[in-house]
Amino acid sequence: MSGALSIRGVSKTYDPEGASVEALRECSFEVRAEEFVAIVGPSGCGKTTLLNAIAGFDTVSAGEISLDGRLLAARPGPDRVVVFQHGALFPWKTVLENVTYGPLKQRALSRPAAEAKALEFLRASGGLDTVAASYPAQLSSGMQRRVEIVRALMNDPRLLLLDEPFRAMDGFSKATMHQHLLDLHRRYRKTVVFITHDLDEAIYLADTVVVMTTRPGTVKQIIRVNLERPRVPQMLYSREYAELKKSAAESVHEEARRAFERGEKEQA
Amino acid sequence: MWAGYLGAAALWYACVAWLPLESFRRLPDPVAVLSEWLSPQPTYGISIFTAAYYKHMLYSTWRATAAFPVPPLAWVPLAILIFAGSEAAVIFVTFLVAFFATTLNTAVGVKLIDPDFFRAAACLGASRRDILVDVVLPGALPNIFTGLQIAMGAAWFSLAAGEMIAAQYGLGFLIMESYNLIQFPTIVIAMATLGLLGYASSAIIRVVGNRLMRWRAQSIGFAA
Repeated sequence: MSGALSIRGVSKTYDPEGASVEALRECSFEVRAEEFVAIVGPSGCGKTTLLNAIAGFDTVSAGEISLDGRLLAARPGPDRVVVFQHGALFPWKTVLENVTYGPLKQRALSRPAAEAKALEFLRASGGLDTVAASYPAQLSSGMQRRVEIVRALMNDPRLLLLDEPFRAMDGFSKATMHQHLLDLHRRYRKTVVFITHDLDEAIYLADTVVVMTTRPGTVKQIIRVNLERPRVPQMLYSREYAELKKSAAESVHEEARRAFERGEKEQA
Repeated sequence: MWAGYLGAAALWYACVAWLPLESFRRLPDPVAVLSEWLSPQPTYGISIFTAAYYKHMLYSTWRATAAFPVPPLAWVPLAILIFAGSEAAVIFVTFLVAFFATTLNTAVGVKLIDPDFFRAAACLGASRRDILVDVVLPGALPNIFTGLQIAMGAAWFSLAAGEMIAAQYGLGFLIMESYNLIQFPTIVIAMATLGLLGYASSAIIRVVGNRLMRWRAQSIGFAA
């Protein structure tokens, strides 16, 4: 079992044109192997900054991030694959070429083996093998998301990092994608760090919800979600769910109000 | 489209044949140009049946495309050494225009690539070389081909001007020489040929571009 993530005292300060901006301040929390963690907070609270640091896209100013007890290098790699907010399937590659890209570049699999594995993963992901020869723009946004998640899983990552992947979707597509993601998590048992604005989404999907404060982002509250798995949509109407949401909503709304007031002051 | 061409030819004929203007009377009408262009024994020595016509065409085509395969700046000293005199000047002007149109568009194309593509490739284990081949080149390709289209148009434009000033052969030279020799049908033949060659070269770039960017055509739903 692998994929235990440790965030300890992580701070990040940007210095664009001499104006110091503190994005994160002493963030600390632990993620168990195979756990599904959602990070919620108001816009600009540093959620994506934290995800970028975990992914190796950015350095931290202080603190440390380790995976399975080893400090993470400040460079990206296939052990932590990101699914991006606006999608990052290569438009000039077919679905199959996108999905086999990682294993082929890492020389982890031969081409026939990579293609066989890709088709198997695509088939298991709602019959996506039928669009293996299509280009991403020929697919719906939901299908693109599923392909991107398959592309990530093909690398057998220890961490799957999802940056608001369903943000632009309508309610129906989002609900379908939630079930799909839960199914993949149950099947492949990967540690997932899921960034979102949506409190319902966070509670429904995650084992743990980390609520962040407004900038500089730090951990305000950690909520253990004790809903049973597998999760089903009926749970959204249960008493347990309502209590969890009430607890998280108070924190999130307080931070959202603070962010709004600070925005007003900055505008004034 | 054809109605437009026919309309323009009719207008041209009407201007030359019926307008009471001295300047228009000197111009050949479209029938005279066409019969000269297709004549096996042209009055002024230039038609589709004469070798000289193709020689002019070849020179212009070569000049318009000479700067492309090799980094154009590398051509400057060589062009001066090898083509000392008038030829070098023509190529140099053509090259300058083509170079900047292509280079600037390529630079813009690279800048416009979504940074998430670079990050995604890095996440998936791509090396710097892989990122160049798999992200930068295909990502910038639409702009590269836009640059090539603009460059080709501009190259023909500057070529004609250059040949009029400093060349011994070429369609631009032919236009100017025919003007000096009062061979007006030849002027129009050379002009139309320049247009056709310009259109053909742009079409070649378009075909190659569409082939290399099949993903784009398929994405918007009109590819085979």
